[in-house]
Amino acid sequence: MAALILDPLAALGRLTLAGCREVGGVALFALEAISHLFRPPFYWRHFWRAFVQVGWFSLPVVALTAVFTGMVLALQSYTGFARFNAQSAIASVVVISITRELGPVLAGLMVAGRIGASFAAEIGTMRVTDQIDALTTLSTNPMKYLVAPRLLAATIALPLLVLVADILGVMGGWLIGTYKLGFLSYAYLDATFDYLQVQDVVSGLVKAAVFGFIIALMGTWCGYTSKGGAQGVGRTTTTAVVASSILILALDYVLTEIFFAQ
Amino acid sequence: MRDMVEQATLAAGAAHGGPQAVPKIRMRGVRKAFGPKQVLDGVDLDVAAGHSLVILGGSGSGKSVTIKCVLGLIEPDEGVIEIDGRDVTQMSRREREAVADRIGMLFQNGALFDSLPVWENVCFKLLAQGRVTRAKARDKAAEVLAQVGLAGSVGDLSPAELSGGMQKRVALARAIAAQPDIIFFDEPTTGLDPIMGAVIDGLIVDCVKRLGATAVSITHDMASARRIGDTAAMLHKGRIVWSGPAASLGHTGHALVDQFANGEREGPIQMELRR
Repeated sequence: MAALILDPLAALGRLTLAGCREVGGVALFALEAISHLFRPPFYWRHFWRAFVQVGWFSLPVVALTAVFTGMVLALQSYTGFARFNAQSAIASVVVISITRELGPVLAGLMVAGRIGASFAAEIGTMRVTDQIDALTTLSTNPMKYLVAPRLLAATIALPLLVLVADILGVMGGWLIGTYKLGFLSYAYLDATFDYLQVQDVVSGLVKAAVFGFIIALMGTWCGYTSKGGAQGVGRTTTTAVVASSILILALDYVLTEIFFAQ
Repeated sequence: MRDMVEQATLAAGAAHGGPQAVPKIRMRGVRKAFGPKQVLDGVDLDVAAGHSLVILGGSGSGKSVTIKCVLGLIEPDEGVIEIDGRDVTQMSRREREAVADRIGMLFQNGALFDSLPVWENVCFKLLAQGRVTRAKARDKAAEVLAQVGLAGSVGDLSPAELSGGMQKRVALARAIAAQPDIIFFDEPTTGLDPIMGAVIDGLIVDCVKRLGATAVSITHDMASARRIGDTAAMLHKGRIVWSGPAASLGHTGHALVDQFANGEREGPIQMELRR
């Protein structure tokens, strides 16, 4: 009888401890990686390679996502707002939604799928094929060589991507507004910029930097702790994408509270 | 049995500088467990400077864990690991890195960096230590590749474009490029045909002699063990149970070692098979 009560409690306790261990492990991993950003040597070639991988090669998918999101947002807003004769608010709704929320979140989710998986798979394969141990035997700190440049690259590249996404998202809304919904071009653009505040853009860019850091952190952490051969690498790749996506959504709420809560 | 091991290891030291000489590598009472599994259960081992030791043992007996403990890739739970008389387990990270700078390692599957061309793999440590510039690294790589019987043009290839034997040679070139004092070889002939295995063994012996390095190899391949090693040690159930001349493998008089070396089914080692 006692076992019936205690066994689930023990399982819950084990699960909690495992969760705490994992969170602590990620935190220590992040702190160590950050500390390497301030201690030479710096692997600038690796930083640049990761920066191009995150910033340049993610540009098409982020751009397409932003354009279509802006278009859909304008169209949906129009059909909704028409019920209240509030069509004139469409431009400001599009720009505020894109810059504050949809730009950083959708770009973050797209990059999480693309880059988080790539980092986890690449570093995970290096782990299970002894390449990370080989780095250590070759007088190279794997954290400094593999993790720190990727963290820095993603933290810098994602805000730049989001800036592009903001512009393209607004452009998508403008395309629908002017060519389909009958707005005058200058009136749509005036309405866009009249209600846009610096804080809207800045908050989105700060979110993007945090999301970039989280994506790189989860990708490298999952890869670095990978084990169990090809199957293990596959599992950690999935974990990296799922964990970074959930963290992006959760942190989006936290950051929105910080920026906009009255 | 422990006395036998002590005598054998001390004899190996005596042959290379007398019984008073400090061993290049000395392990005492090294223990390491992974969860409930006790992999190393008090490993004692001496390797004299300039000596080549081969560690034998069944799969999962802890051979790789032993050398990873010496390399600092795994922290032992207990015990002393000395290199040149200094306990590496008590060193600061910086001191440990300085020791690691003098060690080379050939991994079982080569562990070549597939994102880098062969020349950069070979000169990786030299570049990391700033001992060669990128401009001169290609020439240096070609020089080291020649020592393992590969043409300089191989330097421009990617590791994925190489055969298994060529990958092993490149990995060997990478291990010796920085002219280390100590070199570890993890199953250097695994996955190679017997002729290529003999070629790699010959290259290992030549390289180790040329550098005057201390070598520790782990292998299941008895022919390879006899070719590479001056001394052999048998690791069984987390302990060194025998140590002696590598040439005597197969007729040591130690039932467990002879069974392993001759690949006999019957003997003191019982495989745990599920029926």
